[in-house]
Amino acid sequence: MNPRTVCAAVMCGMLVGLLGLAITMRPEAVITLPERVAAELSRSGVSHPVTAVLLNFRSLDTLLEIGVLLLAVVVAYALRETQADPADRMGLDNRLLHAVIAWLFPLMLLVAGYLLWAGATRPGGAFQAGALLAAAGVLLRLAGIRPSDFAHTLGARAVLVFGLAVFLAVGLGAMAVGGHFLEYPPAWASPFIFGVELALMLSIGFALFSLFELAPPHPVSNKGARERSET
Amino acid sequence: MLWLDALLAVTLLITAVLALASPSLFRAVVLFIVFGLLMALVWVRLEAPDIALAEAAIGAGLTGVLLLDTLGYLHGQRDVADEEEGAG
Amino acid sequence: MSNALLFAWTGAALCGLGLFGFIVHKHLMRRLLAFNIMGSGCFLMLVGLAQDGRGPDPIPQALVLTGIVVAVASTALALVIFRRWFRLSGKVRLPEDA
Repeated sequence: MNPRTVCAAVMCGMLVGLLGLAITMRPEAVITLPERVAAELSRSGVSHPVTAVLLNFRSLDTLLEIGVLLLAVVVAYALRETQADPADRMGLDNRLLHAVIAWLFPLMLLVAGYLLWAGATRPGGAFQAGALLAAAGVLLRLAGIRPSDFAHTLGARAVLVFGLAVFLAVGLGAMAVGGHFLEYPPAWASPFIFGVELALMLSIGFALFSLFELAPPHPVSNKGARERSET
Repeated sequence: MLWLDALLAVTLLITAVLALASPSLFRAVVLFIVFGLLMALVWVRLEAPDIALAEAAIGAGLTGVLLLDTLGYLHGQRDVADEEEGAG
Repeated sequence: MSNALLFAWTGAALCGLGLFGFIVHKHLMRRLLAFNIMGSGCFLMLVGLAQDGRGPDPIPQALVLTGIVVAVASTALALVIFRRWFRLSGKVRLPEDA
């Protein structure tokens, strides 16, 4: 047990103790946010409070979050392997996967669409739907089906930017009509939120899938080929 | 039902300790995926179904896929390095 | 005691655990796992503290939802940079930790 480990353990123990103390001895809440959200919910355009907070009351946070996600994708693009990708190496020779994916992929697309639509009135929304789209893309990729070179085209970049662009356009449009940035006029809030969510779903799904796809493939190796054929 | 939540919390902590202390990196990543799924259960118990959906899909699913892919890359590169060393 | 407070304590414990793992491990991927566990602990504390005694609170839930997406973006970023580092140097630790 070297002294560095012991010191780290003691300090982390003290941190946990302090956090526990802070949790137990906190003062009474003065502002109760759930009531404020419930009071304004009818004017927000949706009836599920979390969606209303994400896409109307705190839409600036969501805008910046999409920016952060895009930043990660940009760095992944920059650091990808510069040589041409060899023949597709990620296809698994798994017959169960191939058989199941014919049924599973359309079902995942359908459930993603449902989650997007249901986000207005019950748990769901753009993030969950986008994650499901990304998972469907990852499954396709694992089965060996690959959108040939799509990642290098202009269309891929257009889909990535689409969510952020629509969000910014809606925000600036709200400013042009007379309010502040991202202040939706109450009559238009519902279609604005749905349009932004649709663009966000496509963008988030493709961004998360790109983070998986842009990772460089396994290098050429006979040993790897032998191992792969044994799965 | 507090005993159920206490059991869930204890299982969560044990899974986290095992994931951090496991000698094999593959086991650590698999235990991390299990940790993500248990977190999804915790979010359901905390009455946050949106977070449960997102944690299961993104936190456990996508993060797990990225980590396993990187593990495979590490082993693949090691195989190539060994082969080149052996041949050269 | 509501279960939200129990989970807030669990979140505090996970934070400490994650920080300890981050300090002690030298392998970069293990550090990433510890970092993610610490992040999950912080999310638990956020929601657990707000919902103790009161019902579900949509604002911390929205914050945590944003946080999960940012965490996966930063994990993917870290993995991309780690792959590049491993490709260029053949090592999984930083030079000062080897």
